[in-house]
Amino acid sequence: MSTSMLRLVWIYPDLLSTYGDRGNLLILAHRAESRRILTESIMVRSDRPIPREADIYLIGGGEDGPQSLAANKMIADGAVAEAASLGKVIFAVCAGYQILGESFVASGERCGGLGLLDMRSDRGETRAVGELSGKVDPRLNLPELTGFENHGGRTHLGPESSPLASVEHGIGNDGAGEGAWRDKIVGTYLHGPALARNPALADLLLAWSIGRQPSELPVLDDAWAGKLRGERLAALPST
Amino acid sequence: MTNLPPRARFATAMLRTAATLSRMSGRGDGSVIGGKVGLTIEPRLLTLLAAGRQVALISGTNGKTTTTRFTAAALEATGPVATNSFGANMPTGHTTALAKARGAVNCVLEVDEHYLPRLMAEATPRVIALLNLSRDQLDRAMEVSGLAAKWREALSAAPDVPLIANADDPWVTWAAGASKHVTWVAGGQRWQEDSWVCPQCGKHLERYGEFWRCSACGLTRPTPDWTIDGDTVLTPDGSRVGLDLRLPGQVNRANAAVALAVADAFDIAPEIAAPRLTQVKSVAGRYAVVRRDGRRIRLLLSKNPAGWLEAFDMLEPRCPVVLALNAREVDGYDTSWIYDVDYSPVQGRQVIAIGDRRMDLAVRLQVNGIDFTVVDDIDAAIRALPPGDVEVIANYTAFQDIRAEFDRVN
Repeated sequence: MSTSMLRLVWIYPDLLSTYGDRGNLLILAHRAESRRILTESIMVRSDRPIPREADIYLIGGGEDGPQSLAANKMIADGAVAEAASLGKVIFAVCAGYQILGESFVASGERCGGLGLLDMRSDRGETRAVGELSGKVDPRLNLPELTGFENHGGRTHLGPESSPLASVEHGIGNDGAGEGAWRDKIVGTYLHGPALARNPALADLLLAWSIGRQPSELPVLDDAWAGKLRGERLAALPST
Repeated sequence: MTNLPPRARFATAMLRTAATLSRMSGRGDGSVIGGKVGLTIEPRLLTLLAAGRQVALISGTNGKTTTTRFTAAALEATGPVATNSFGANMPTGHTTALAKARGAVNCVLEVDEHYLPRLMAEATPRVIALLNLSRDQLDRAMEVSGLAAKWREALSAAPDVPLIANADDPWVTWAAGASKHVTWVAGGQRWQEDSWVCPQCGKHLERYGEFWRCSACGLTRPTPDWTIDGDTVLTPDGSRVGLDLRLPGQVNRANAAVALAVADAFDIAPEIAAPRLTQVKSVAGRYAVVRRDGRRIRLLLSKNPAGWLEAFDMLEPRCPVVLALNAREVDGYDTSWIYDVDYSPVQGRQVIAIGDRRMDLAVRLQVNGIDFTVVDDIDAAIRALPPGDVEVIANYTAFQDIRAEFDRVN
């Protein structure tokens, strides 16, 4: 930990908080506090500097206008790129996920991203709306990914980043892969509170942020999250 | 009222027949199917039925059904009123409402936010009330900025139509910006997560209590003509009119103030209109109290984050609360929005989660640090609670399910 408290930063909720994105911050804080890890949650408006001393950076989803504005501000601010180079944890969903890549398309124009993940995004012919599930990259040792996607983008990964999961149901990046990661940077098209249904992913982010293995974290009672996962995965049409 | 041409008369007759048949077969009140039949036979039926009548349109994300009911109650002071009182708030429902009460000169129509431009074009309103805009069912509906832009475009094209608009909602204020005759109501806005930035220029809004402004472009909260002080409404001429509402919460006092402003636009004085609002005790089952097995169960409908915040404001102190969540088509399939709601107002109460998506609620409440139990349905919830008062907050189809269950037994 870089500070005595685990410092969680939610970047630009004024621009990128479309639908329950706050959930990821709440879930990380709850799971840390439940293990007696004190946390400090910081919401950074887009007219303020992003703190450089933090442990986990969160970026949410948003519409085209706010997305390109947020990307420009993050590039100018520099803190997220610096955090990535220092090996800090970054977790981004939906529009925020696209911003982590080399470029994305918003309002019909190609916009530069942070370039932290080797990928570029463009527009799909259809909007991807609905349940998404997939097998997570085995190197991350996580159970099946489950959540809800609602986006018009398609994302193409280069060799330097890996898909977070292989799609079993839904669209994700392109119908085959979903999300992307390298080092401690993770992005996903699961929008809103992606960690609600993926507590093991939340724990992986927490473990990374304090330099431990997930297996070293005290076990929490995840009976409700387990039931929710089971119910949502069982509700998927068989493919 | 003008006479209808033959085709429209035939369409109206068929509309009423279809609605009656649908109602008799137990498929709701028949508003939608009736309107469909009528508009198929005569596509201009809504326009023809509205011609020569005095129409008020009421739209917004939350509160439109209740405000419509309040307004109809107020306008009934001068005679019958045509209104879509079952919440069928699209053109099919409007057409049916106008067809069913052909003798009513005054009409109050609740309008789905997306259909406001079309209703403006077809129903030639005397006045439009704009309540609020906030995030709602984003997997199938427009985002707030898109809706506000759609309103602004339609309202700018008809700047002479008088508006009654919520000065506390920046999106509504911006949408109404080009209109020449706006009566501003301090309608309140507990939910501010959709208005961090200026609708006009995208810079941050400054807020001081209820006041808001954009220091970049100058968009500022208009000075309200109608305000609320406790149970009293302050009217534009400075007089104070008492409210004696049967519906709970600050948000319903704001809805009542809007209804009084609409009535005023119909030349019905607030002193005449206000006492009539007392007769509204429930709205399509909302706020209704059901007695069962020694429990008094009050039903609150809330469909989105802003609505849940308002519902928490209505809860009786210490009363147990049942939260019911579904995610069927009309609710939106996405439950993410429950993370936009802070559930701490139910902290310290007995809390029970039900509904198709009760597991989503369970995880959400756990993260919020709220003690809760999960049971299968409203029956089990009632059995799990002690005799006395019970509050139920449910989203749309969860609410319908509970109503159906109560209707079945009672």
